[in-house]
Amino acid sequence: MLNPAGTAVVEARDVTVALGGRPVLRGNDLVVRHGEFVALMGANGSGKSTLVRALTGLRPLTQGSVLLFGTPLPDFRERHRIGFVPQRGTAAGGVPSSVREVVASGRLTRRPLLRPAGKADRAAIDDALEVVGLTGMASEGVSTLSGGQQQRVLIARALAGEPELFFLDEPTAGVDLPNQLALADALRTLSERGATIVLVAHELGPLEPLVDRAVVMRDGRIAYDGPPLAHEDVHGHHHPIAGSHDHVPHVGSPFDTMSLDPREDRR
Amino acid sequence: MSPAELLDLLGRPFMQRALLAALLTGLAAPAIGTFIVQRRLALLGDGIGHVAVTGVALGLLTGTSPTWTAVVVAILGAVLIEVIREKGHTNGDVALALLFYGGLAGGVLITGLAGDGAAGLQVYLFGSVTSISSTEVWYTAGLALVVLTLTLGLLPQLFAVASDPEFAKVAGLRVRAYNLLVAVLAAVSVTVAMRTVGLLLVSALMVVPVATSQQLARSFRSTLLWAMVLGGVAAVGGLVVAAWLSARATVAPGPSIVLLALAMFAATWPVGVWLRRRRRLAEPFPALGTGTSGPHEVDEHPHQHGDDCGHPAVPHDDHLDYVHDGHRHAPHGEHYDEH
Repeated sequence: MLNPAGTAVVEARDVTVALGGRPVLRGNDLVVRHGEFVALMGANGSGKSTLVRALTGLRPLTQGSVLLFGTPLPDFRERHRIGFVPQRGTAAGGVPSSVREVVASGRLTRRPLLRPAGKADRAAIDDALEVVGLTGMASEGVSTLSGGQQQRVLIARALAGEPELFFLDEPTAGVDLPNQLALADALRTLSERGATIVLVAHELGPLEPLVDRAVVMRDGRIAYDGPPLAHEDVHGHHHPIAGSHDHVPHVGSPFDTMSLDPREDRR
Repeated sequence: MSPAELLDLLGRPFMQRALLAALLTGLAAPAIGTFIVQRRLALLGDGIGHVAVTGVALGLLTGTSPTWTAVVVAILGAVLIEVIREKGHTNGDVALALLFYGGLAGGVLITGLAGDGAAGLQVYLFGSVTSISSTEVWYTAGLALVVLTLTLGLLPQLFAVASDPEFAKVAGLRVRAYNLLVAVLAAVSVTVAMRTVGLLLVSALMVVPVATSQQLARSFRSTLLWAMVLGGVAAVGGLVVAAWLSARATVAPGPSIVLLALAMFAATWPVGVWLRRRRRLAEPFPALGTGTSGPHEVDEHPHQHGDDCGHPAVPHDDHLDYVHDGHRHAPHGEHYDEH
């Protein structure tokens, strides 16, 4: 639900991130309000994943600030209020671990050190498994599951901490259609419970009816922010690039061409 | 050696000290080893072991207890490996290799300066039953207890950090502190294991029992607990074997412990292969819904569906479906799809 009058859950101001000296995000402002379902879209390398990583504190900002629930990110301690679903491929390590163990690690945000899991913890883990439809597979090894099921395990892990704000990084990438539908069901359940969802997606697929706000990134900047766009509007429309017609050969040394791409000159 | 003589030998005080040290080592090393294997750093223990050689040599040179100099140098080496790994991103193996060779070369050089030569180092490199004094047993017990308490007490946190550091960081866990803790605990268990398995083989006791229990276990917790059981059995059993052989030849306990652990792995590996195969066979085939069933062959339908074929036509998106025996047929090339 779009919620223009609601409280700001994420407030990013002038967010700039440089990786190895190269700017990846340049001065982005983004405000996400309570209960919104926001899709961050854009081409590969447009900075959408980096923006989510900057919002969760995984990427240090070179400039700007991020407020989560009104608290500056460096001082934000209520980690149980946010749930993060990283890109797939990180669910299995070198030792077999069961679905339930991976999901249980999402509950650590609410469990004090050296305290065994209580009744509420177990109930939250059971609920998380049920929302993603993996109740019957709790004792299976994570590495034996299919890619789509592993993705659902990661969502259940974020869910186990009962957060109010979800960040999902490409949850549907490389996931087949039945699993995408299961994912969409799980996200619909979350959204209906009042959670705020920010997800990175290359294409929305079955998630499209859920999204009420699309933010499209291009070259590290937010290029569009509004109601979801059709696929054609995002990828189909290109401005012709006027070639630069100077008469100096683009050569640094005899066999070294400099910047074949005219767009690079304008950065 | 007859069984009676073996029992007599096992009853001696020095042997009982060694058995206790071996048991604690066998429990502690796989416990921390499980996290190291989970992080795919199986050779970390080996790297720390090589660095600890320098620590032992410093102890021999200065005349202080080699156990404590080894603990200090091993912890410094482990922290250094962790820092290089974290800063250099992908070059964890290179960091290990640098310390590997530096530690071993430094150790042998300093032992030479101390005037002990290779023989003095031998005891620490491959373990020795008789060299353990009763105070050292207490050190070993204390350090092993610290390792076990921390690994088992912080198991959920350490598991989260080892399996997905990025998620753990967003969840508010101090990833760097936990990684350093694992490195320091690995260094401590290396020095704990130094007297029984020896520094060059210590990594085997951290990795081989974990690899063995992986064959049978499906969860992280059961892998860890079974690895501890197997590690304890291998350490005590290997020591007994070494004692039994000691009548005929001088056998260091390290090799016999490691070979016993490897024998356990060799024994469970076929069982693991069989279990995984059985699990796959037991898995049900995915249920085929009516919407996704395969195409009907043409020969089952001798006529072409059409305007006057007698089957009701139903518009479906951009084409017509024909109701046929309670299901809908959509013409698709040479056959009909079920819709």
